[in-house]
Amino acid sequence: MGKVSVRFFARYAELAGCDSSAVSVSMPATVADVIAKVRDLFPGTQAMPARPLAALNRHQVKLDAPVGDGDEVALLPPISGG
Amino acid sequence: MMMRLTRHPIDLTEILAEVQGPERGGTSVFLGTVRSDDGVTAIDYSAYDQMALEEIERILGEARTRWSDARITLRHRLGVIPAGEASIAIAAAAPHRDEAFSACRYVIEEVKKRLPIWKKEMYADGTTTWTDDQRHARPTTR
Repeated sequence: MGKVSVRFFARYAELAGCDSSAVSVSMPATVADVIAKVRDLFPGTQAMPARPLAALNRHQVKLDAPVGDGDEVALLPPISGG
Repeated sequence: MMMRLTRHPIDLTEILAEVQGPERGGTSVFLGTVRSDDGVTAIDYSAYDQMALEEIERILGEARTRWSDARITLRHRLGVIPAGEASIAIAAAAPHRDEAFSACRYVIEEVKKRLPIWKKEMYADGTTTWTDDQRHARPTTR
């Protein structure tokens, strides 16, 4: 098992009810596995789209990107800066 | 390092001073301001600050590689910004106007696609709505 920290932003933080947490996933794992675990632990996040934007260690990645112990996965609502 | 993300009104004089110089004859400035669409009185901007700062530097680096004679800077304001005030300012100065316009345009378009920043619209009646929330065209929470 590996421990991955998870951060929620903007509307997703409201859905999760918190800004950050940590989840344990069995390795090897991908960002998608972390998101599946998040949906179990934070039922409000089931309202997120099927394939939300995600960042791994502050870089946007596809959901099949591998994660390791100690990594950070951030779940990002559709970007609307500017 | 200069403060790319700020919670205060954007100071245009300061950003112009960062890019202008006698060898750069053209300066292009883009200002994005909060629009009063459908009774919006303000927008509350939030960010994943650390990632946004890194992404800003990546975008500016790309623009500097592409327009190597240009000087380019950017500020993004966060927090509650009243309608009519600027949320973002980009300034690009280059020897000639073509590069200045192109660099400025490149940076704002990449910012729109890549910066982890989100908007919550605020209305006069105290309601708010996230701009990415497709379930509601109008206010949801009080």
